[in-house]
Amino acid sequence: MKRRINRKIAYLLLTVIAILWVLPILWMVLASLDGNANIFIKIPDQITLDNFFRVVGDTSNQLAMLNSLVLSFGVAFCVMFASTLAGYVLSRYQSRTTRGYLYTILFMTTLPGTVLIVPVYKMFVMLKFYDRIGGIIIFLSATTLPYSIWMMKNFIDNIPIEIEEAAAVDGAGYWQALYHVVAPLVLPGICCVAIRAFSAAWGDFMTPYILLSSPSKAMASVTMYKYFDAFSVSYGNLAAFSILYSIPSVFLYILAQKFMSKGFAMSGANKG
Amino acid sequence: MKKQPVRKFVFLLPATLIIAVFFLIPALLCVAYSFTDLALTGSNAKQLTFVGLSNYAKMFADTKVLRAARNTVVFTLGSIAGQSILGFSIAYLLREKRVWVRRVVGSIVMIGWVMPEVVAATCMNSFFADRGTLNAGLNLIGIKGISWLFTYPMLTVILANIWRGTAFSMMNYQAALDDVDTSILESAMLDGCGEISSIFRIILPVLKKTVATNSMLITLSTLGCFGMIWILTGGGPGGKTNTMTVLMYVNAFQNSQLGYGVAISMALLVIGVVFGLLYTRMLGEGEKNEAQD
Repeated sequence: MKRRINRKIAYLLLTVIAILWVLPILWMVLASLDGNANIFIKIPDQITLDNFFRVVGDTSNQLAMLNSLVLSFGVAFCVMFASTLAGYVLSRYQSRTTRGYLYTILFMTTLPGTVLIVPVYKMFVMLKFYDRIGGIIIFLSATTLPYSIWMMKNFIDNIPIEIEEAAAVDGAGYWQALYHVVAPLVLPGICCVAIRAFSAAWGDFMTPYILLSSPSKAMASVTMYKYFDAFSVSYGNLAAFSILYSIPSVFLYILAQKFMSKGFAMSGANKG
Repeated sequence: MKKQPVRKFVFLLPATLIIAVFFLIPALLCVAYSFTDLALTGSNAKQLTFVGLSNYAKMFADTKVLRAARNTVVFTLGSIAGQSILGFSIAYLLREKRVWVRRVVGSIVMIGWVMPEVVAATCMNSFFADRGTLNAGLNLIGIKGISWLFTYPMLTVILANIWRGTAFSMMNYQAALDDVDTSILESAMLDGCGEISSIFRIILPVLKKTVATNSMLITLSTLGCFGMIWILTGGGPGGKTNTMTVLMYVNAFQNSQLGYGVAISMALLVIGVVFGLLYTRMLGEGEKNEAQD
């Protein structure tokens, strides 16, 4: 009896939580479909996709999305490449050096990249990396790499070493063993790491806000922020942009979950 | 496979290079620059002068910094408390519930976490606006709306951060709760232990470690939080939500005093290093214990 009451309370609480969590998102969805959207939540008099067409048709928005894609693919590629190589060595050759390396990496995963932005800014100005997409690709790779290496190492730990020993008997070197034997087996893990790096770069606001200045290099996050700065905010466009900009993040998250459940039991791999 | 011992370190080269140049060197520069009068423009931008501890002296005498430090502590503690309690509660409530309930509630909470920061801030901005969703809801039940971002700016940014970050704690606690032995709970139940007291007497003591690591990870990510606060309040009104990160940005890039901005980020870096070391040690000990088991 008491358990049944507890169960009812639990469902009630969960409903309240779900409503509180969904309301802010509901505004975004309703406003994006409303021709006269405003800051307050309301059901559109007439459902229209005009906001989306306007946002997609705007050339500066197209450019921003394209820039963000270039940035995110760049970071995903750098991180995927460097972390697979490093994770392989750290997983397969355990010595005092690699253990020290690993703990340094683990320690670095905890440092917020935000605190480095001022010295990085100065460094970029000196190196003429400032206002270059290539520059922030490397900086974001550096802040994403520590955790990615840690993840990769754990993924590769799950691959039995015997398979490579067999390959070594057949005369395969390190590179061949990694490229032909380990990498295909750990592909879901590699995809996970790449997706995580992509999403981190895609959603990042502070780095492009500080390290890029030309309008032709603006990222989606900064372009969206500028909507707020405008004299009168067009809430419909803002909401439509928000949804379009969130789609890749949500889609990739679901994809990453699929990869994760494919035979990888990874605890603590969900740090954003 | 021990023929070429040098080759394997070549594999570490790309990662090490990127991290060393763009992570470690900036961290060291951060220390070095904090003793200079580095500026964004003007003559000080070209010629660096060693100014000793004057940035730090200025910092400790600056009431804005002290206030920002206090704001950062409030913001961080509020976020930890809110995200941990809510994250644990949601994870606990979702236990042994129907699959569709778990999936629907879990996904709804996750969306705020998965979407880009700027989008989350936009959602929160409309939610807490004067004519926003929250006040509309309060009006419905007969409570007069509050100007959230103006009257309670710190509470509002904390709530916004909780809305975004709770999913992370929920995931951690869900994973940890799956490992709790249900037979202990059942026998406690038979002995007449109620649901609430079983949470405090059995589950939480068992999850001690998850609570600690989770809080530490929240601290570290909250310390670096910039976008959410910057977009919602810009540090205002009247500096009420000025955290160290916002102050660092304003001093370095709006007031063009990079050296001073760096000194402020040093303070954050030191806190980060302390918590980071604690966290690493805890994980390291955990691994050793597991090896002994």
